[in-house]
Amino acid sequence: MRFWKSSKRGTWLWGILVGTAFLGIGMAQGQFAVIWRKATMICMECIGIG
Amino acid sequence: MKRLRLIVQLVFTIFTNGYAYGFANGKIYQGKLKYACVPGLNCYSCPGAVASCPIGALQALLNQRGFQVPFAALGFFFVFGSLFGRFICGWLCPFGFIQDLLHKIPVFRKRKTLPFHRILKYGKYVVLFGLVGAGSLFLFGGFAKVPAFCKYLCPSGTLFGAVPLLTGNRALREQIGGLFSWKLGILILIVVLSVKAYRPFCQYLCPLGAIYGWFNRFSLVRIQWNEEKCLSCKACEKACPVGLSVQEISRSPECIRCGRCVESCPGNCLHFVMLRGDKL
Repeated sequence: MRFWKSSKRGTWLWGILVGTAFLGIGMAQGQFAVIWRKATMICMECIGIG
Repeated sequence: MKRLRLIVQLVFTIFTNGYAYGFANGKIYQGKLKYACVPGLNCYSCPGAVASCPIGALQALLNQRGFQVPFAALGFFFVFGSLFGRFICGWLCPFGFIQDLLHKIPVFRKRKTLPFHRILKYGKYVVLFGLVGAGSLFLFGGFAKVPAFCKYLCPSGTLFGAVPLLTGNRALREQIGGLFSWKLGILILIVVLSVKAYRPFCQYLCPLGAIYGWFNRFSLVRIQWNEEKCLSCKACEKACPVGLSVQEISRSPECIRCGRCVESCPGNCLHFVMLRGDKL
C-alpha cells in the first residue's frame, strides 16, 4: 500500500521498472499472442453482436 | 493551452486510428502493432485502430481457460500510469476527446458533475472490479468466458467499433440483435449526458480512468501547486471541470490533468512538472 500512497519524486521510476518486469513475464508466458489474436479478429461482443 | 490540448487529442486520435483501408472496407487492421496497447480507451475492433485497447487486452487475458495473472496488461498499466497518470484521460484518450467535443455543444445549462457525484464517482471502481474483473472471470456465453465490460457497457466499442464496421459491412449488419440495441442505448445516454455534464463516462464509469487514477499521486507528469505563492483566489477551483479544490488537484485520482487550473491561475502557482519539479 505504501507504493500507492507515495508522492516521492522517484516513485514513478519504480512503477516503470515493475511495469517492464510485468511486460517481460507476460511475454515469456505468451500473453502478447493472446492479446494479438483477440485484437485482430472482429470482437463481436465489442460491437454488440456476440 | 486549450487549443494545444485539442490539437494533441485530435492528432493522437487520428494517429491511433489511422488505418484508412479498414474504414473504407469494413475490416480491421491485423498487423503486428496490435501486440501492443494504446494508452487510452480505444476499441481494437475500430476499423482504423492500429493497436490494442488496454482494457480489452486485460479482459482477453482474464477470459482464458483457468486463471493466469494478466501480467502483460498490468505491465502496460504500470508503464503508462507511472509516466502519465490520468494525463492520458485528459490528453490522449479518443473517447475522452469525443466527450470534450460534445460538452462544447451550446445546448442545456452546463454542469461539472452529475447529482450524487460523491457516490457515483465510485462507479468506475465497481465497473473495474465487477465487470472487467469478476465479469470476465466468471460470466460465460456458451462455454467461453465473455469480456463483460466490452459486451455490456463499453460505449467506445459501439462508437468506434460497431458504428463504422456495421456501416461498411453488410454481413455484420444482418446479425444485429437486442444486445446491439442495449449498447446503442448506453452510447446515446452517454452522448446526451456528455452534452450536459463534463465527461460523465470518465468520471463515473471508465475502468481505465480508475486504474490510472491510482498513479496520479506519483506519475512523472504531474501538476505542482506552489502553496507559498497561492493567492487563495479559487480561480483554479472555478476553472476545474471536475470541481476539485486546489489541494486535491495535484493528487486526486479524479484529476485528468486537463490544465485548465494551470491556465487560470493568476499567481502562476500551478504548473505541469516532470522529473525534479522542472516546469513543462
